[in-house]
Amino acid sequence: MTPLTIGAVAYDPKVVTIWEGFCDWLASRGLPTTYVLYATYEQQVDAHLAGACDVAWNSPLAWLQTERKAARRGRVARAFVMRDTDRDLTSVVLARAEGPVQSPADLSGRVVATGAHDSPQATLIPLQVLSTAGASDVRPLVFDVMPGKHGDHVGGERDAVRALLDGRADAACVIDGNALAFAREGLIPADALRVVARSAPYDHCVFTSLDGLRDADVARFGELLLSMDWEDPVVRPLLELEGLRKWLPGRTTGFAQLAAAIDGLDTPGAAAVRAFVDA
Amino acid sequence: MIDLGPAPFDRGPHVLVEHALRTSADGRVRVVGSHPDLGWQLATWCRVVGHRLEGDVVVRGGDRFARSLVSGHPDAVAANADPRWGLAVRGARVEDGAAELSFALADRDTAWDEDAPRLLAQAQAGQWDPATAVPWDEPFELPEPLEEAVVQVMTYLVENETAALLVPANLVPRLHPHYREVVGFLAVQMADEARHVEVFTRRIGLRGRSPGTSSRGGQASLATLVTERDPDVASFLLSVMGETSFLELLRFLQQHGPDPVTRAICRLAATDEARHVAFAVGRLRRRGDPALLDRLAAAVRAREAALRHTSGLDPHVFDALIVLASPTFDPEGVGVGFERVVELVGRMDRARRAMLVRLGFSPERATELSALHTRNFM
Ligand SMILES: [Fe+2]
Ligand SMILES: [Fe+2]
Repeated sequence: MTPLTIGAVAYDPKVVTIWEGFCDWLASRGLPTTYVLYATYEQQVDAHLAGACDVAWNSPLAWLQTERKAARRGRVARAFVMRDTDRDLTSVVLARAEGPVQSPADLSGRVVATGAHDSPQATLIPLQVLSTAGASDVRPLVFDVMPGKHGDHVGGERDAVRALLDGRADAACVIDGNALAFAREGLIPADALRVVARSAPYDHCVFTSLDGLRDADVARFGELLLSMDWEDPVVRPLLELEGLRKWLPGRTTGFAQLAAAIDGLDTPGAAAVRAFVDA
Repeated sequence: MIDLGPAPFDRGPHVLVEHALRTSADGRVRVVGSHPDLGWQLATWCRVVGHRLEGDVVVRGGDRFARSLVSGHPDAVAANADPRWGLAVRGARVEDGAAELSFALADRDTAWDEDAPRLLAQAQAGQWDPATAVPWDEPFELPEPLEEAVVQVMTYLVENETAALLVPANLVPRLHPHYREVVGFLAVQMADEARHVEVFTRRIGLRGRSPGTSSRGGQASLATLVTERDPDVASFLLSVMGETSFLELLRFLQQHGPDPVTRAICRLAATDEARHVAFAVGRLRRRGDPALLDRLAAAVRAREAALRHTSGLDPHVFDALIVLASPTFDPEGVGVGFERVVELVGRMDRARRAMLVRLGFSPERATELSALHTRNFM
């Protein structure tokens, strides 16, 4: 059979190791697969719709982009598998503990450091949270690391926290896991920062398929992913590299905040998403 | 239940939760506290490290060591050391799927010796400090022929000590670290030899002289030692044949050394060498391998054949030993010195024969093999 083609975005060199490993393992289970790496999620979404890959490992934003673009073409996208570690994430907005900012409203007219323009977790969702919580005329200080990668890297968030700590910004937006990681690596000193806003839980990456595109093979692919066992020493290094314990069935209940952000925010990032979806 | 009080969860308290999870029977721990960020930080931490959170109860997640293997027993060496144990200490839980490290000597028969722990402790206790153990500053002045002879002998000693350092250095990376006392003993042996190189080199320049000569024959003899790949043969040729001879040489220099520094460094080195010989002889003797003696005998013959067309001991060294052993630097005195060196060569032969007999060779075979030993002594 023609190998099932997996699309993934090359946000880090380890992506090659991950997909080489997964493809080997899937082949050992009787499913031939191959992969194509894209520089940006927008390239991947369009390639998927054009049939250049059969399934796409999508950021939450790329999922919404695919879902919406597919709908406009009379097609149905599905989020069929996701990582256990991608459920119920939150974003936090941090401010200096001793500063004047104690609530979202205090950030009105102030500088808020964010990750990349297209980062759901470090830009789009937290800015949406601030806007609904009463912060008006927020001035984003965007650390636009690796545009097109939808924030799949930590760089912009670390820069945002540095900007907050050294006074260039009044707040910084990060995903919850990075807030803990930055404390552990010493970037955030003890008692230096406080949380002034937190998003509702949301979901992150999903494997995306398009109805009518290799349906049976996609189903088999999903079953095999769900069967991967973290206690299997061959599989564990790959799962660890990809940052999960267990693959879970996909769900689409965790994307409402992000959808509201791209529909409602008046930022270049949100505008670019709308233009891409409409194109 | 763990009450963290006002402590921020992201700055350390997760270790309390991990400890409680390890020790709890059902793998569940309730975590409470008053810090405003406790809820989301606990949830985030659980997600990242793979635990589950049910309300304020942390439920232990998958254990990466669930299928770990145990690297032997802390108090006993294994008959076979598993390559998957890698560098882990004896008795550790080693994660499955860890990279395998292959060691050529990975079984008790070839890698272990029951006397190694005792000899290792003795070796560690016997370390001496070259700065304080040697009377470097004691005043002495030697007549020119004697100083020249000391420098020549020291030049020879240094290259032999260097060979003695490289032989265990070849061996250590091939030994499975499960047999750590053997590895440890060889590492201390290397440190001993490095110290010998150090003090003999220092004696060369002590009175401002340049080193003496290094002959092709001497280097050829040592090259056969450092390139020997069979670990039993290498250790036999170095320690049983070579260092046994060397021990006699060091005792000779301790007796006839013309200055306090030379006598001290030869005495100190001899104590170390005696330990190296004891370790190698004991180890080979306890192997209980009937084919081993034939292999060792063949190696002596092969080495003799390889070195037959080389000159052996540097004549400058032989002559320097005569000078050192001569009571006076005149025809009568050097005659005495000459006889003493001849006696030394005979003592070396007797010492080697005794060691060969201890290894299990018959006296006749021991005599034959000792006579084939390199004329370079080492
Ligand atoms: Fe030595
Ligand atoms: Fe030695």
